[in-house]
Amino acid sequence: MMVTTTSPMRRRFETAGLWLLLAVGAAVMLFPIYWMLVTAIRPRDEVFSGDVSLLPSGWVWSNFVDALNHMPFLSWAWNSTVIAVVAVVITVSINLLCGYAFAKFRFAGRDILFIAVLSALMIPIQVIIVPLFLVVSDLGLLNNYWGVILPRAAEAFGIFMVRQFMVSIPDELLEAARLDGASELTIFLKVVVPLSKPVIAVLIIFTFMWRWNDFVLPLVILTDQEMYTVQVGLNLLKGQYNTEWTELMAIALLSLVPMLVIFVFFQRQLIQGIAGTGLK
Amino acid sequence: MADLSMTYPQAQSETSTSPISRWWRSNRSRLTPYLFIAPNLLLFSVFVFFPLLYAAYISVHQWSLIDVPEFAGSQNYARLLGDLQFWQALKNTVIYSAATVPTTLIIGLFLAIGLNRELAGRTLLRSMYFLPVVVSSVATALIAAWLFNDNYGVINAVLKQAGVGPVAWLSTPKWALPSIILTTLWVRIGFCMVVYLAALQSISPSYYEAAVIDGATRPQQFLYVTWPLLRPTTFLLLILNVIYSFQVFDLIYVMTGGGPGFSTTMIVQYIYRAAFANSEMGYASAMGIVLFALILLFTLIQWRINRRTEQFV
Repeated sequence: MMVTTTSPMRRRFETAGLWLLLAVGAAVMLFPIYWMLVTAIRPRDEVFSGDVSLLPSGWVWSNFVDALNHMPFLSWAWNSTVIAVVAVVITVSINLLCGYAFAKFRFAGRDILFIAVLSALMIPIQVIIVPLFLVVSDLGLLNNYWGVILPRAAEAFGIFMVRQFMVSIPDELLEAARLDGASELTIFLKVVVPLSKPVIAVLIIFTFMWRWNDFVLPLVILTDQEMYTVQVGLNLLKGQYNTEWTELMAIALLSLVPMLVIFVFFQRQLIQGIAGTGLK
Repeated sequence: MADLSMTYPQAQSETSTSPISRWWRSNRSRLTPYLFIAPNLLLFSVFVFFPLLYAAYISVHQWSLIDVPEFAGSQNYARLLGDLQFWQALKNTVIYSAATVPTTLIIGLFLAIGLNRELAGRTLLRSMYFLPVVVSSVATALIAAWLFNDNYGVINAVLKQAGVGPVAWLSTPKWALPSIILTTLWVRIGFCMVVYLAALQSISPSYYEAAVIDGATRPQQFLYVTWPLLRPTTFLLLILNVIYSFQVFDLIYVMTGGGPGFSTTMIVQYIYRAAFANSEMGYASAMGIVLFALILLFTLIQWRINRRTEQFV
C-alpha cells in the first residue's frame, strides 16, 4: 500500500476511476466464459441468426443432452478422471518423500541431485516429445493409461514446493520420534505428513489440474479413440463438428466443470501455489 | 564396511541371519534419503534425462521409425539452417513472444498494483482476472475460435455494429497471429497478476513511509521503491513467460492448426509435424535440441543481465 500526500477529494476521484477501469477489464476477462455458457444454452437457430444479443431468448438445457448423445464425452471424461486421480496419488506420494529427503536429510550428493531435479524444470515436454514418444512406445505403453501417467509423475515443481515447505518443520520433532525408536517411514507418515497438509492440498490441486488439462502427451500417446482424454477429444470435435457451435460450447463447458469446482472451492491453494513460484 | 558396523554394535548382536539384512540394518539410516528420492530420480531419468540424450542421438541420424536409424552426422542441423519454413516458424515464435511477454507483464503489474489497494469487491475482481488460469488451452482455443469466428463470432458482430468490421480473423494470415496473441493475453495476465500481487504484499510498508518522509511523490515511490524491489519477480516472470511462449503448442494446434498457410506455425508445431506427420524423427529431434538450446541460452542471458544490474542497485 503506497502512502500518499494528495488531497482526499482527488484521491476519491482517482480511486473511482481506477475501480471503473478494473471492473471493465474484469468484465472483458469474464466475457469469453459467459459467452460459452450462453452459446451452449441458447436455441440453436439463434446462434446463427447473425444478430447477437447478450442474453439468450430461452434456456435450452437439452442442448447438453444432444451433445452428450452425439459425442462420447463421458468415456473421455472417465479416461481423464482415471489418469488424473492415479497421477495425483503417485505424484503426491513420491514428491512428498523426495522433498522431505532434500529438506531434512544430509547425504552425499544431495546438492548435485537437487540441481538435477531443478534442471528438469528447464526441459519442457515439447522439447523431448519425440524421444519421449519413442521411450513410451518401447516400453509398450502406447494407448495405455500408464503411458501418460508415468512420464509426468515426477514433478520438479512439486518437489521444489515440498522442500521449501518442509525445511521449516522443526528438527527436534523428528529427533524426538527417532529417540522413541520410530522407523524413518513411520516418522514420515506419522509426523511429517500431518504437518504438511497445506502443501499437500496445493500439490493435489495442481497435479489434478495439470493432468486434466494435459494435451500434447495424451495426443501423441493415446491415439486410439477409446483411450482419448477430454482434451484430445475436444480437439477431435473441433475438427469434425466445426460448425456445431452449440454442441461444441456445451462440451467445452462440461470439460471445464472440474476446473471450475476447483476454482470456486480452492482458489486460495491455487493462488498460494502460483505465488510460491514467484517468491522463492 | 567393517568399521561401519562398529558404529552400530547392536546390529551384529541381532539374530538376523542373511548378510544382506545385516548390512541393511547397519546402513539403514544412511540409505534412507536415497530410497526416498529414488522413485522420482528413476522417473526423471527414464522420462526426462534419457529422452534428452536420446534426442541428441537421434538428431544425428536419419530415421523414419520403420527403418534402421542411419548415421547422418550434422546433416539434419545443416538442413535446418537452409529450411525456410523452420526460419519462418522461428520468426513466428519470436514475434509471438515479443508481442505477448512484455504486454502480459505490464498489464499484470498494473492489475496487481490496482488490486492491491483497498477497493470495493477487489477479491471478486481478482478472481475474474485469475479465472482463465484454470481453463485448459484446448477449451480456450475452442472458445476463442468461436469468439473470432468470421461469420457468427461475437467480435465481428460488435465490429459490424461499430462500422469497422468484419475482420477475417482466423482465415487470413494477417489476422490469425493477432487473434492468437490476444487469446494468449487472456490466458496469461492472471498468472502474472497473482505473482506480482504476492510480491507487492511482501514489501514492508515502512519503505513507503520512509519515502514519504523524504517527500517522494507516488510516481517516485513506484520508481524508487516498488520497481527495484519487484526486480527479482519481474526477472522470474520474464523467464517463465518466454519459456511458455517458446514452447506454445496446444492453443495454436487447436485454434488454427498453424495456418492459414504457415502464418501461425511455431517451432513446436513444426517439430510435431516433422515427427508425427512426416516421420522424420532425426530432423524433428534436431529441431527439439535447437529449441532447448534457445531456451537455455535465453535463460542464461537473462541470468547474467539480472546479476549485473543488481550490482549497481
